[in-house]
Amino acid sequence: MTFVTSLFTDPQGWYRAHQLLVGQMGVNALLAISIWVTLFAGQLTLANIGFMAIGGYTTVILAAHAHAPLVLSAGAGCALAAGTALMVGLPALRLRGVFLAIATIGFSEFLRFGLILNLPITGKGQGLANPAADPAAIWPVWASVAVAAWLGWRVKATRAGVAWAAIAEDEVAARSGGIDTTRYKLAAFMIGAVLAAWAGALDAHMNFFIDPAEYGFNRAAFVLVLAVVGGVATVVGPILGAIVLTALPEAVRAAASYRDVLFGTLLIAIVVFRPEGIVGRRRQSPVAGALRWPWTAPGPDDG
Amino acid sequence: MDVVQQLVNGVFLGSIYAVFAVGYTLVFGVLGVVNLAHSGVFMLAAAITYGLVAFHGAPLWLAAPAGLLAAAGLGLVIELGALRPLRRRQAPEIAPLISTIGLSLVFVALVEQSRGGGWLSFVWRDGANSVRFPAGTVPDRVWHVGRLAMPADKVATVVISVLLMAVLGVVVNRTQVGRAMRAVAENPRAACLLGIDVDRIVLWTVVASSAMAGLAGILYGVTIGDISPYIGRDQVELRGLAVIVLGGVGSIRGSIVAAYLLGMVEVLALLGFGANVRAAVAFAALFGMLVVRPGGLFASPAAERA
Repeated sequence: MTFVTSLFTDPQGWYRAHQLLVGQMGVNALLAISIWVTLFAGQLTLANIGFMAIGGYTTVILAAHAHAPLVLSAGAGCALAAGTALMVGLPALRLRGVFLAIATIGFSEFLRFGLILNLPITGKGQGLANPAADPAAIWPVWASVAVAAWLGWRVKATRAGVAWAAIAEDEVAARSGGIDTTRYKLAAFMIGAVLAAWAGALDAHMNFFIDPAEYGFNRAAFVLVLAVVGGVATVVGPILGAIVLTALPEAVRAAASYRDVLFGTLLIAIVVFRPEGIVGRRRQSPVAGALRWPWTAPGPDDG
Repeated sequence: MDVVQQLVNGVFLGSIYAVFAVGYTLVFGVLGVVNLAHSGVFMLAAAITYGLVAFHGAPLWLAAPAGLLAAAGLGLVIELGALRPLRRRQAPEIAPLISTIGLSLVFVALVEQSRGGGWLSFVWRDGANSVRFPAGTVPDRVWHVGRLAMPADKVATVVISVLLMAVLGVVVNRTQVGRAMRAVAENPRAACLLGIDVDRIVLWTVVASSAMAGLAGILYGVTIGDISPYIGRDQVELRGLAVIVLGGVGSIRGSIVAAYLLGMVEVLALLGFGANVRAAVAFAALFGMLVVRPGGLFASPAAERA
């Protein structure tokens, strides 16, 4: 419990001891927001880790070969991610539900195994050293979280926010109501991609070395879990989910060796007993409509 | 290396993929759920069988059925713990995805943390390391047909897998249980009105599917070796997804063909371009297929719902 108590008794010492963790919380929060954007539009995509890899690798490559400052290299990563998202999203977003999820996993893993592990410029899977690394660059991460959170909070008041909520509720109805569903879905997918690439760039900037193993399916699943455990009704859920679940293994060090067991059990418990997430509200989540269980077994109580 | 020899290896690899993926497809077809704990069962069955042989001197003909039984039991855990409660509350589509990820995490972590002394050390004492069955667990015989080498254990794997597919085909297409399963897959409400116990059929489906994941794991462990807590996640989880999609959703015949196809293409890619390209094949096929022909190679009626 010293993890929690020292946060209050000795905040500065706590920060020094857990600086890496605070940075990771921020990166995870950004990733969780990036997947939340697409979830908000009713689309379950798991390509965010692929876009994160694009952001991270672009940043490190530009820093190493062109000595580009972070803003420039991260911006280039985001632009590349947006372009890729456009090309991947156009065909892939015709798919729905689990199929979209599977296709986007396929894209991410192909990026990792097919490109990153084979191209000379990405170090052929041996990882890349980052000459411009700055482990203390945590404030850009949290500043980005703050901006993304504010935008996410305001999104419901915008035209796009209304369109996304309508698509999540019922895509066919939204389309017949005059909403250009393809364009709005693609926009959500691209915004998520840019956010994930930005998170990847900042993450890479904090590390002296990036490794393709960090961008695998497990992390993609973890990001989805952050968002869903937090609750996808508002942007607060994913951020809170990222903070709590990133800190959890540190906080319960006592059971360190069994923390994945605890973590897995917690996931099941939340999904079973509190499906709307930590901060969701029952029966009101805008995404609940689109992401319903594929079929509903007649329960004993509904004759 | 001889291309024909590699194709033979591809058939063998495809057999393991097929046994794994058919179970995956079965649950996907009947429930519309991607069961991400499937690969955890694959790994646990291999680990349990290994433990019984290595630590307790059990012969394989005793240890393998025990591993299978454990796998079937894990199917019970998956259905009762991670799927049924969600179905009851009509949870969103991604909920079972997440609860099964949770179960999978638990399975992997339990094995990974088991060294000597813990309660799981009865079957696993090697933590995160990878192990092999002790020499002599299976007869070390190799047949030669012309210039082709056919190790007996790999031939047995192909035979077992083909037999299983045949039995499964008969069960699904010719028996009352199979008819009930297809009815539930088509329309659970209508199936319920016709007097089918939907929950029981789903339970049997998940248990059978898990037993198949276990069988695939045991075959993998015996013939390929390198059993570790991560074999499910790294070796078959995403390849299984690729096979489901290639074969067409819920199509058992499709996924069998797709599994063998994947096995052969992977072996050829390994031969021509190396290990990294081999790993990329499945994902390129997965993505390309969904984009170009979402119904799979052999679009089945169930795929129309997609």
